[in-house]
Amino acid sequence: MKHVVCRTSEEPCQECLVGFGAEKIREDFPILWTKVHGKPLVYLDNAATTQKPQAVLDTLMRYYTEENSNVHRGVHFLSQVATQSYESGRTRVRQFLNASHDREIIFTRGATEGINLVAQSYGRKHLRAGDEVIVSAMEHHSNIVPWQQAAAATGAQLRYLEVADDGTLSLEQLDAELARGDVALVALTHVSNVLGTINPVAEIVHRAHDAGALALIDGAQAVPQLEVDLTAIDADFYAWTGHKALGPTGVGVLHARAELLEQMPPFLSGGDMIATVEAQSSSWNELPWKFEAGTSMIAQVVGLGAAIDYLDALGMANIRAHEHALTAYTLERLSATDGVSLFGPPSAEHRGGVVSFALEGIHPHDVAELLSRSNVCIRASHHCAQPLMRRLGVVATARASFGPYNVAADVDALIEAIERAQEVFEG
Amino acid sequence: MDDLYRDFILEHYKRPRNFGELPEHDHDAHEVNPLCGDELGVQIVIADGRIADLRFQGHGCAISQAAASMASEELIGMEVDEAATLDAGWMLELLGIPVSATRRKCALLSLKVVRHALTGEGSWPGDPGN
Repeated sequence: MKHVVCRTSEEPCQECLVGFGAEKIREDFPILWTKVHGKPLVYLDNAATTQKPQAVLDTLMRYYTEENSNVHRGVHFLSQVATQSYESGRTRVRQFLNASHDREIIFTRGATEGINLVAQSYGRKHLRAGDEVIVSAMEHHSNIVPWQQAAAATGAQLRYLEVADDGTLSLEQLDAELARGDVALVALTHVSNVLGTINPVAEIVHRAHDAGALALIDGAQAVPQLEVDLTAIDADFYAWTGHKALGPTGVGVLHARAELLEQMPPFLSGGDMIATVEAQSSSWNELPWKFEAGTSMIAQVVGLGAAIDYLDALGMANIRAHEHALTAYTLERLSATDGVSLFGPPSAEHRGGVVSFALEGIHPHDVAELLSRSNVCIRASHHCAQPLMRRLGVVATARASFGPYNVAADVDALIEAIERAQEVFEG
Repeated sequence: MDDLYRDFILEHYKRPRNFGELPEHDHDAHEVNPLCGDELGVQIVIADGRIADLRFQGHGCAISQAAASMASEELIGMEVDEAATLDAGWMLELLGIPVSATRRKCALLSLKVVRHALTGEGSWPGDPGN
């Protein structure tokens, strides 16, 4: 049931908003049927986590009621069913993101764990004193702190790409850094969780490779809202998480090139990741299980497969067009509201479904508290991006972020709630 | 009238008392609310066992700023020994508004930084009996 919608309009496009059928999609999300104080929930905190469709909830329940068993070494029929469900989740991920091989797909607890796996396993083994790791000032802490730790352990240096006033990264600065010749790895986000900036990751990876550096991309915000083609992006590592993409919490994915994984020591060790265990030493299982120690998040992987089926049925291009239209509409409404300042790219064209803003004279925490009185759920925080907050000259921002089920009426409710908050503070 | 953002809270937020610098001071401390990154510093002058003067520095939400402003009026003139043992209950009663669990650290940040300055100990103030 793919919808045909406008994908190019820069203006708020009513056809994109309505033609996508978000009103119909809302019926699939039970939490959106609930009313708080007699009024519907206006959920605009999707960059933190998305709500789950009934199909995902049903899949989790069906797994636990009909298939629950531990995977891989069970001979009994239930274990075979569970193993089949778990491993077909991996295949589903590969198809969804146009990745190359199942053995290059490692299930983790989330994007944070995926980046930690690379920083600790690859970073600590291969980084050397004098090597540089390039990150940017718009990274989430999960793509900064693991590199700080790896740098401290190896003597490597962390260097930052600056964020321009329009919320973009400078490819010229990237080239200048790469030209120094000592960059081992470039670790950048695909979509900023604060500014919404969509970075040209395929181009960035290409330039890193030309300079002999590896590239890791943090796709936590990108996978839920863009058509992501991992073959086209060609990153050495690409990490994302399920719960921001309509899936359950507790499951993420790290995509990594097999030849790198073969050279890397295990991250966590124990059951399932071994070939043989002797008294004093062990040998490792083949990929990807070498990096999946302990009982896997089986139900969550099965649930993630259902989330991917749901996203695929909507069509990622349609989701992007819808969120693009919603973002453009939000930027227009907020720009026309007194006392509001906006952060990030001025146009929705190069921006994901994330809008950070500030209200003059009202702290973001007070904004979020007052909006919550109108059932409008936004986030007010440093968004785990303190270096970016320093760059913006604030301690926190208020942030509205969209999912496929958001509608123009949610944005109208946001604006009304902002105006009520301003009345409280002016009163 | 909003339960939380009462007139007096907003009045203290917009015109906080005793904010600024005391270049000559006996005690100082600086604290961060890890939830939101808000920062608050304090400088304290002691005379005859009492807080003779006090200034806060920093920025934050209406709750944390109003709490600091209101606390400053009570703290100046208070015996140091008493000020060092004030607990969360004192601060919440002084504020006189219903503070939710998520905003508790906002309300208590000023008391935390004062205790840190006076005692060298930087833990969050507990409730009486805790």
